[in-house]
Amino acid sequence: MTKQQELSTKHLLGIKYITASDINLIFDTAINFKEVINRPIKKVPSLRDVTIANLFFENSTRTKLSFELAEKRLSADVVNFSSSSSSVKKGETLLDTVNNILSMKVDMVVMRHPAPGAHFFLSNHIDANIINAGDGTHEHPTQALLDAFSMKERLGSLNNKNILIVGDIMHSRVALSNIFCLQKLGAKVKVCGPPTLIPKNLPSLGVEVEYDVNKALQWCDVANVLRIQLERQEIKYIPTLREYSQYYGISKQMLDSLDKEIVLMHPGPINRGVELSSDAADSHHSIILDQVENGVAIRMAVLYLLAAKRGVNKSEN
Amino acid sequence: MSRGRTILKEKRFSLTLERLSHQIIENYSDFDNVCVIGIQERGVLLAERLVELIKKNAKLKSLIFGKIDITFYRDDFRSRTTPLKASNTELEFSLDGKNVILIDDVLYTGRSVHAAMSALQDHGRADTIELLCLVDRRFNRHLPIKADYVGITVDSLDEAYVKVEWEHIDGKDKVLLFTPKREDI
Repeated sequence: MTKQQELSTKHLLGIKYITASDINLIFDTAINFKEVINRPIKKVPSLRDVTIANLFFENSTRTKLSFELAEKRLSADVVNFSSSSSSVKKGETLLDTVNNILSMKVDMVVMRHPAPGAHFFLSNHIDANIINAGDGTHEHPTQALLDAFSMKERLGSLNNKNILIVGDIMHSRVALSNIFCLQKLGAKVKVCGPPTLIPKNLPSLGVEVEYDVNKALQWCDVANVLRIQLERQEIKYIPTLREYSQYYGISKQMLDSLDKEIVLMHPGPINRGVELSSDAADSHHSIILDQVENGVAIRMAVLYLLAAKRGVNKSEN
Repeated sequence: MSRGRTILKEKRFSLTLERLSHQIIENYSDFDNVCVIGIQERGVLLAERLVELIKKNAKLKSLIFGKIDITFYRDDFRSRTTPLKASNTELEFSLDGKNVILIDDVLYTGRSVHAAMSALQDHGRADTIELLCLVDRRFNRHLPIKADYVGITVDSLDEAYVKVEWEHIDGKDKVLLFTPKREDI
């Protein structure tokens, strides 16, 4: 009964700001929500008095869909906003936009923003609970949580497991959140990718770098493969996608030639034939679609646990 | 809060459970469509015990049994007095057309039972739902809810607290009543 009952934080700004026991509480709650979303009636009334705004200042398909499903399955009221069709184009500041939306009595904000730290800035100025759905190249905490949750489902525990992250580490918020999350759960993390796409200061996070993808695959229990984010690269970091694919692309043949079974993951969207060959993505190694299912359960858990904090703060006032 | 006073123990405790099992058997001639569902967590302990007794006394090979968690259905989940963390729901069957016997250890305000009934609705449309509780605190109800099968009835103040202890968890089968000291009121 001494187990932690609530999160230590009011917002989910990044994995860096939460503790290992927060992560385990989210996982334990997500297991129950996974049972809920596999029922014929996939809905519970927990958040029926909560209104949530999804503010997407940057494109997203699956994260937005996943959050929206999670919110609706908790019976929350949902409003959606995307910057392409909004007053942001007319020159409104972030704080003004958000304050306008909050004046309409919104309790929680799920936000994706191209500027790293946008959520941190907002959390100092507004009262609603904020959930980071990706801020530039900084963090994407719910993705890291669902990745680690999916790994844990397969491996049992992450303690002392070897996790490899392959691809564009420099521009990936998934990579950074994954590193924080996996290390907090006791895993060893190694990254692999072209030297131009590996940040120089990674060793200070306790992360090793390997440039040979075959050696790296041999080392790991799980390979989390990332997409090359061409849209974030202002200058060319790699000569061509074809060359990248030849040096760092993973095929089924490479997985089969290992002397052990590894788990293959990808946060999506996959560029088939670039970072993963089609036969690898569809092989039995891959748990890519499990990740998507777990995404809804994890986001339900995060929303539910943060909504509970909201009530506690209210009663203290 | 004073130390707990035992209000039901040993011989009478097991007699009460025996009686409850016979009352259910008396009420249902055929158990094919009957399922017993315990409310997590303490209601499940009572339900497990009763399922064994019903099976023994009615000479049944099997009896459908499930566990339901009501955490996500509570209307007071932000009040901090109720646990935030859920337990497992284990209902491997649809409730469509079933006669449900819902089981909780203590019936107090009626809010848990209310939440449990909302939760049951999400698993299908049961034909009937009956409620069984070991302890009925009859003067403390907040909602119009009444049990169909009652072990013992306790008249107690709102400030009092009733706890059911089980042999395989707490060492002995007994029901304890904790009443506040006069100066606490």
